[in-house]
Amino acid sequence: MGLMDYTAVELGKKIKAGEVSVLEAANAAMDAIDALEDKFNCYVTVQERAAVQAKAEELQKKIDDGTLTGPLAGVPVAVKDNMCTKGTRTTCSSKILENFEPAYTAEAVLNLEKAGALIIGKTNMDEFAMGSTTETSHYGVTKNPWNAEHVPGGSSGGSAAAVAAGECSYALGSDTGGSIRQPASYCGIVGMKPTYGTVSRYGLIAYGSSLDQIGPMAKDVTDCATILETIASHDPKDSTSVKREDYDFTSALTDDVKGMRIGIPRDYMGEGLDEEVKAAVLDAAKKLEEKGAIVEEFDLSLVQYAIPAYYVIASAEASSNLARFDGVKYGYRTESYEGLHNMYKKTRSEGFGPEVKRRIMLGSFVLSSGYYDAYYLKALRTKALIKQAFDKAFAKYDVILGPAAPTTAPKLGESLSDPIKMYLGDIYTISVNLAGLPGISVPGSLDSKGLPIGIQFIGDCFKEKNIIRAAYAFEQSREFTNWSLSGKEEK
Amino acid sequence: MANIISDETIEYVGILAKLELSDEEKEQAKKDMANMLDYIDTLNELDTSGVEPMSHVFPVNNVFREDVVTNGDDREEILANAPEAKEGAFVVPKTFD
Repeated sequence: MGLMDYTAVELGKKIKAGEVSVLEAANAAMDAIDALEDKFNCYVTVQERAAVQAKAEELQKKIDDGTLTGPLAGVPVAVKDNMCTKGTRTTCSSKILENFEPAYTAEAVLNLEKAGALIIGKTNMDEFAMGSTTETSHYGVTKNPWNAEHVPGGSSGGSAAAVAAGECSYALGSDTGGSIRQPASYCGIVGMKPTYGTVSRYGLIAYGSSLDQIGPMAKDVTDCATILETIASHDPKDSTSVKREDYDFTSALTDDVKGMRIGIPRDYMGEGLDEEVKAAVLDAAKKLEEKGAIVEEFDLSLVQYAIPAYYVIASAEASSNLARFDGVKYGYRTESYEGLHNMYKKTRSEGFGPEVKRRIMLGSFVLSSGYYDAYYLKALRTKALIKQAFDKAFAKYDVILGPAAPTTAPKLGESLSDPIKMYLGDIYTISVNLAGLPGISVPGSLDSKGLPIGIQFIGDCFKEKNIIRAAYAFEQSREFTNWSLSGKEEK
Repeated sequence: MANIISDETIEYVGILAKLELSDEEKEQAKKDMANMLDYIDTLNELDTSGVEPMSHVFPVNNVFREDVVTNGDDREEILANAPEAKEGAFVVPKTFD
C-alpha cells in the first residue's frame, strides 16, 4: 500500500505520529502526478516539485514544534482552478484567464493553509464550472481513472479524478448544480456540498452566486467531515456567509442510524434512471433499514421543473458575473481591435468557449427588458415552490436518499452535442442547490461495466450531521470496499 | 409553443452580452436558445400566482460593517495582471477623440 492509498485523515495521523514525513507525502504525490498526469490530465497547474518540497519542510517544522496540530497538517491537497490562490495561476479552465495570478487567496483555501495543508496544484474543470463532463475546459479533457475512455463528470472533474487516481490525498471542488456530487459519483469517491453559506465564497470565481458552494472531495466520509470542519467559517467578506452555531461535523461520524427517518422520492426512481443505479440505491436503503433506519418512499414533486428553473437563474447570474472579463483588468485581451467596444467584444468572443457563450447569451436574454418577469421571476417563483416541497419532505424525514446521477460515467465525446440531454444528467443534484441544502454522494457499488455508482444523501438546511451519519453508516455496510485504484491501471 | 429566435434578437443579445458572433455561430445560437426556451417554457405548467420570487433561501438581510479600509496597497500586484498598464493605471483603447 502506497502513501497515496491512505485517506487524508489516515495520512495525517501517520505524519503526526512521525511514521511518515511531510516530505515523503509530498514526494509520493508528486511521483503519482509524474506517473499518471499524461494519462488523466487532472491538473491545469502543478506546483514545482522543489517548491512543494520546501513547503513540506516548513510544515514539518511546524508539526514538530507543535504549532500545527490539526488532522490535515502536511497532507497533500489539490484545489479546483476556480479558487483564487495568491501567486499561483488561476484559470477557471478558460482561455480568458490563461495568465491570471490572483493578488489574494480564497478564504476556504486560506483556512486549509492555516491548518497546514500542502497545496500541490490546481485541478481541471469545465470552463467557469459550466458543464457536466470537464470536456469544456480550454486545457484539454480530464479522463476517468476507472476507465480512461469515460468522462470524470463535472464540473469538478479534475478534482474527482485526482482523488480517485491518487494524484492528491483529497481535493476541494465547487458545486452550483451538482458539480461536486456528480463527478464524485462517476469517479468512485465521496463528495459533499454543504448548506449554502457554510463555506465562504470569497475568492471563488463566481458562476451562479446564489447557488455556488465550495466543498470537500475525498476518499471517504470521515475525510469529508474533517475537511468541511477545516474549511467552513463565518466570513464577513462574503455577505451570504452564515454564522453557524456548530462546526463540529466529525462528531456525526457514528455508525448509528437507529430510528432515522429516510425518504426515497418516487420521482427520483422512475423514468430515465439506469436500472443498475436504481438497484444500488435500493440496496443502500436495505442496508440502512437493517441498521434500524425507517425507510419509505414518498412523492417529492416538482422534480422536472428544477433544471429549467436552474438554467434561467444560473445563466442570469453568470451573464452578470462574467461581465467583468473584458480585457482590461486581467486575463486575455484580443490582439487587434478598433475602439473600446470592439475590444470588449473581440476579447470575450475569443476568450470564452461555446458553452460559456451559450449561458451568457441565455442569461442576458432572460434578464432583458420584456422577458425579465416571464423568465427570471418565474424561475425564482419556481425556486420558492421547490424549497417548499423540500420543507414538506423534511418535516417527515431526516434524510432523503436517492441516486447522485441517472447513469454511471458516459463515454468521452458523447455529451456535448446535445446540451439539454447533458443538463438532464443533473436532475437529482440541481434542486439541492436551488433549495440551499447539503448533499453528499458516496460510492455504492460498481455497474456491469466496472464503473462506480454514487448514492446521494440530502439533508435539510444546516443538518449536515444527519447526512454525514447516514453516509457513514452506509459506508460501513458496503459489500464492495476496494475503492483504491492503485495497481489497477494496467488491466 | 415553439420559440423562434429572430436575427434581431440574436443581434440584441450579442450587444447585451458583449459578444461578437460569426454568422455560423449566430445560426447555432438561434437554434440553441430556441431549444432552451422551449424547455424553460415547461415552467408555465406551474401555477405560481401569489408565490413570492425567492432570490435567497435564507432571510439574509443587509450585512453592514464599519467603513474601514482593511486591505493593504497591492496596486502593483493588481496591475501586474492587466494586459496593459501605465503610470499606475489600466490602459484602455481611446474612447473619444
